Amino acid sequence: METKNIMIVGVGGQGSLLASKLLGHLLMEQGYDVKVSEVHGMSQRGGSVVTYVRYGDRVNSPVIDKGEADFIVSFELLEAARWLSYLKPNGQIVTSTQQIDPMPVITGAAKYPENLVEKMKATGAKVDALDCLALANQAGSSKAVNLVLMGRLSHYFGVDEAHWMSAIEAVVPAKFLELNKKAFELGKNA
Amino acid sequence: MKQLMLGNAAVARGLYEAGCCVISSYPGTPSTEITEEAAKYDEIYCEWAPNEKVAMEVAFGASLAGKRSFCGMKHVGLNVAADPLFTVSYTGVNAGMVIAVADDAGMHSSQNEQDSRHYARSAKIPMLEPSDSAEGLAFAKLAYELSEQFDTPVLLKMCTRVAHSQSIVETSDRVEPPMKPYEKNIAKYVMMPGNAIRRHPVVEERTRKLAEWAETAEINRVEPGEDHKIGIITSSTSYQYVKEVCGDRFPILKLGMVWPLPAKKIKEFAASVSLLCVVEELDGFIETYCRELGLALVGKDTFPLEGELSQTIVAEKLGLPHDKGLTLDETIPGRPPVMCAGCPHRGLFYTLNKNKCTVLGDIGCYTLGAVAPLSAMDMTLCMGGSVSGVHGFNKARGTESEHRTVAVIGDSTFMHSGMTGLANIAYNQSNSTVIILDNSITGMTGHQQNPTTGYNIKGEPAGKIDLEALCRAMGFERVRVVDPYDLKACDAAVKEELAADAPSVIISRRPCALLKYVKHSAPLAVDPDKCRGCKSCMRIACPAISMRDGKARVDATQCVGCGVCEQLCAFGAFHSTAKEG
Repeated sequence: METKNIMIVGVGGQGSLLASKLLGHLLMEQGYDVKVSEVHGMSQRGGSVVTYVRYGDRVNSPVIDKGEADFIVSFELLEAARWLSYLKPNGQIVTSTQQIDPMPVITGAAKYPENLVEKMKATGAKVDALDCLALANQAGSSKAVNLVLMGRLSHYFGVDEAHWMSAIEAVVPAKFLELNKKAFELGKNA
Repeated sequence: MKQLMLGNAAVARGLYEAGCCVISSYPGTPSTEITEEAAKYDEIYCEWAPNEKVAMEVAFGASLAGKRSFCGMKHVGLNVAADPLFTVSYTGVNAGMVIAVADDAGMHSSQNEQDSRHYARSAKIPMLEPSDSAEGLAFAKLAYELSEQFDTPVLLKMCTRVAHSQSIVETSDRVEPPMKPYEKNIAKYVMMPGNAIRRHPVVEERTRKLAEWAETAEINRVEPGEDHKIGIITSSTSYQYVKEVCGDRFPILKLGMVWPLPAKKIKEFAASVSLLCVVEELDGFIETYCRELGLALVGKDTFPLEGELSQTIVAEKLGLPHDKGLTLDETIPGRPPVMCAGCPHRGLFYTLNKNKCTVLGDIGCYTLGAVAPLSAMDMTLCMGGSVSGVHGFNKARGTESEHRTVAVIGDSTFMHSGMTGLANIAYNQSNSTVIILDNSITGMTGHQQNPTTGYNIKGEPAGKIDLEALCRAMGFERVRVVDPYDLKACDAAVKEELAADAPSVIISRRPCALLKYVKHSAPLAVDPDKCRGCKSCMRIACPAISMRDGKARVDATQCVGCGVCEQLCAFGAFHSTAKEG
């Protein structure tokens, strides 16, 4: 199988680590070669962060370049827009509608762009935007946005729900399992 | 067992499986996780050393004593450890000794982009360079074999994309090599001129033998290709980009050992293709060697010297097709890293900005004090450079400068190489003011313990250096501690110490707000009736505060209730949500 590419993007500290861990586990269990790549260090301090997940028969490069992503999973709207050029022309964006002002917006040096979902759709990108924070809170914790997003992503993914569930069981601590499964379902069925 | 493993964790696994017993390192992105992961194996003694030079000397001591040892660091850390590096090349080892160095092309978290392969050549030490996690594990084990077979330390070169990518590895059991006997050998281990003169030819001969080994080593392999128009020599993550773009089209010479290089193998490979191309990140290191062999090639005349490579760059430069992405007709504001909400450094930098200080900075989270709107830093060079730099600045500009110039340095950085600069101030007498930003942890690299925290790498109680006593022992009579959440106290401390005609140390002490044991106060909220929209609170660049409809607003999920903004508001608009009951 040709290598498939998923990018997980967001703001440092939003919890993309668990999402990439879950995907890595799920895809490895499906028998694929997998590479997951992220950058640690300074970019974690509230900066723009990106994780690359690649899978297929044989994966070489650990990173995804412009025009190569099959999916962009975004924790934050501006970040989805920032990385749009990395999407394949027929690629799918799954994004939370949450907006977090970056420092240039906070200081008034720049404006947070309006109507980003419509503008992204106008480029031809397929965009699935939903209020993941509200769904995560409904599941029981604002920290469960990652599982809401994974549930939504599972829509577009030819993997049985049972495999997703066993991957969730493998990577999520037991005491948060029910909460996370609920978040996954809420995202999936939204 | 097959596992998806981070490159750095795979190196740690390789150290474990090879029977490594002693590890000493200083944290530095992207190398830190090697030592953190190795510390999870009970069979290995692991520690954070105060700096990389100490770490390398500890590792050498352990090797000399007869146990396999390791030290890990980032590229700039190897500059600090370069002194022992060049001479441990002469002494060689007793038990195997491996040194990992992680380069940061693209400067994701570094102050420069340097190519550590030059160290291998100039210190005459073999260097292995893995291209994924599986090779990280395998090369760590091979490094010990080479170290003991050739009586040399071995460098293991990582880069950000290999260190911080997870790929599949197969693990196996640990072997426990017996402790090597320690025998006193003055001619080999006491490097004074009479002995070192006799060791240098040994080093040259060793490099010749290693170059021979490189000719037939499996890790330097030719991968056949159908099209001999181009032949590519590459290594590390560059190899992955080449494979991504070219697949099996062109022949590839994939180098697992980048020093010494196999001359014969390279020449044979070059002769088998029409056009030789060297694809490598940063400097033209392999290229230079090939040119010395008299080979014509495409290299840094075409590929960039700066930043990381990628599949797109490789495709573009080889004239192959590559994808182009969608374009959004919209200006996307940048999202640079910022000091966290509740960061104890914020109040201090606000004070320095307010007092129009010239600030000589250092390496750590607090380097973000240079970012607008605080913009409270004039210089950042290297670990410890602030303390030595402020002395030089004041010697050049005199008393007027002493009353307005400060050095700022973190607790871990101070232990690393700020102490010697402080000794220089005490000895050579400038009335300099040094501010130690003591957040009780090594923050930037992700919360590692250090000699001032009282805990070791495993979180167990350890020795704790008393910063105040240390500064006083060096001869500083003016040493004071302030809480950076208290702006009045910070202002008084900075004004008084700058005014004093004596050298002084201010310790700005409060633990990092992200530490798990730090209890947060209730978030603050803004009373919109009291807020006049004057934006005084915006001067501290707190990511939890923003302006909405002309009024300040606090994001309760980010705010930790530090209260610095409250002290800036002339209208009493901020209040704690705790009081609301």
